[in-house]
Amino acid sequence: MTRAIHTQPVAEALAPAVRIDELHETARRVRIEVVQAVARAGGGHVGASLSAADILVGLYFAEMNIRPDAPDWTGRDRFVLSKGHAALALYATLALRGYFAVDELVTFGHLDSRFQGHPDMTRLTSVDISTGALGAGFSAAVGMAMGSKLRGTPERTYVLLGDGECQEGEVWEAAFVAGRYRLDNLLAIVDLNGYQVTGWPGTEPGSQTPPWPAEALARQWAASGWTVLEVDGHDIAAILAVLATAREMTGRPVVVIARTIKGKGVSFMKGWHSRPVTPDELDRAMEELREAQ
Amino acid sequence: MRHSEAVAGGDGRVLREAFNRTLIELAQERPEILLLDADNATPATEGLFAEAFPDRFLQMGAAEQNMVGVAAGLATMGFRPYVSSYACFQVYRAHDQVRVLVAQTGLPVRLIGQSAGLLTGLTGKTHQSIDDVAVMRAMPGMTVLTPGDEVETADMLRWSLDFPGPIYLRLPRGTAPLLFDQTYRFELGKGVAVHEGGDIAIISAGIQTSRVLAAVPALEAAGIRPLVLHLPSLKPLDEDAIEEAARIAGVVVTVEDHSVIGGLGSAVCEVLAARYPVPVHRIGIADCYAESASPDELIERYGISSSAVARSILAWVASRSDHALASGQAIGDG
Repeated sequence: MTRAIHTQPVAEALAPAVRIDELHETARRVRIEVVQAVARAGGGHVGASLSAADILVGLYFAEMNIRPDAPDWTGRDRFVLSKGHAALALYATLALRGYFAVDELVTFGHLDSRFQGHPDMTRLTSVDISTGALGAGFSAAVGMAMGSKLRGTPERTYVLLGDGECQEGEVWEAAFVAGRYRLDNLLAIVDLNGYQVTGWPGTEPGSQTPPWPAEALARQWAASGWTVLEVDGHDIAAILAVLATAREMTGRPVVVIARTIKGKGVSFMKGWHSRPVTPDELDRAMEELREAQ
Repeated sequence: MRHSEAVAGGDGRVLREAFNRTLIELAQERPEILLLDADNATPATEGLFAEAFPDRFLQMGAAEQNMVGVAAGLATMGFRPYVSSYACFQVYRAHDQVRVLVAQTGLPVRLIGQSAGLLTGLTGKTHQSIDDVAVMRAMPGMTVLTPGDEVETADMLRWSLDFPGPIYLRLPRGTAPLLFDQTYRFELGKGVAVHEGGDIAIISAGIQTSRVLAAVPALEAAGIRPLVLHLPSLKPLDEDAIEEAARIAGVVVTVEDHSVIGGLGSAVCEVLAARYPVPVHRIGIADCYAESASPDELIERYGISSSAVARSILAWVASRSDHALASGQAIGDG
């Protein structure tokens, strides 16, 4: 989409190149874990997890103030995966960040696993709030940011939403309240991958119109009292730069609209929502992800 | 079974006023208490809290779904949010948020359902929550309470401070005569016998207990001495007291300001079916939506006024083929 009204300029990439390469390598490993977990479990939201991988790695490996060895540290920055169906990308990111062993991801899809289809705080301490019902996590994130303001403590709250999710009325209830309370310690990212499950038909047979008309989404956030920034959601240097810019902004909450590709990293998974991965598809996906190294 | 002779006197205060005055008292000691409002507060109600603690009164606007979610987020930050809204909007409009962010997380959010039940002013069926108990008690992890007077309202709030899980507090509109003196202490999962008798057991909750007590003279005039069991805790239920009441009287009547489907009457039947089956007569709103009218007209038309309760019980007793009232014997076989 083109730059929307009210959009402010984004700072140049700030992080050293070598570190950015490492982060992209980590995001590649997240994608491998996601695809393998879906293949093992016989299902899962693969497309949304792949579109969010670079954003999650940027947050957990560079932006957020966290202690993986003390997930309930009260001074930590909060993260809410409001698009809870991207749970596997979050689990893989947390595992690689050291919250728990990567090996534990094999329990996904089985009884007694800590990794539910949508993030569950009652099973996994490193999940700051349970999500899964679209829109609800965003409200909780507003509550967290409000709580930090009331406590007078400096931690920030980050929340990741989907573009399809932004059709939920609750999103705009929450955005309005965050705007009214001028929650400048709250940072929302919209994973704008342009797909939802059914959507509205596009002009080509079998195609789909994106969840939001171009620019309408940015206007909606701006009208709710938010500063709107945009970024390429697969360029980690750019993601970190825009987050650094947002951190310096005061007086209003900031939303970053991240242009992404649903299924990013595996060409034939573009637009995939929730479906199994066959052994043949797994082989082909691994081949593409290995080549990306 | 706990016993407390009802003081049954005085006009009592508006329960919403008792709620607000107590919350202000408690908030002076406990900085983690917050009050969230969805544009229902007035200067005489939650506005009192806003005046006392302007920073801890969080206006969420007319948007109950987000309000419940914000409360959950605040609870994760160590706060104790009391979420005030009309019961109908909190329970039905925000049902999904209550389910996923409050019940499923187990966070200590307190949902204060104002104007619960039939009496909501002249607002009518859109605002009358007559199946909220059915909805809320079916939710795993939810505690469902309803106070019978201002003393119980205040003590429930004191008790709620350190309870670790979610609570739905069903708060009826208006005043209720005093049931208890100031020594009364609410206990989770415990009922209280407020009138001694043994011919029938009447089980009720909320301010409906006052209407039941007001029906007792008419019953006694007909030779029926009822045991009246008041249940402030609808979930968890005092199953032992329910069984004991059934054993004493042999027949049970439930009375509630709620649909006869899914609420107190259903809950009592669930307990008795498993533990001590006896005939049960459920009095409440008869599976219909009500309408806009004055409180007296509404409780009379929909069958929960004192006189309607007395008539219903007497008719039921008379209709039972095995009753032996005329001969002065116990009605049931207990």
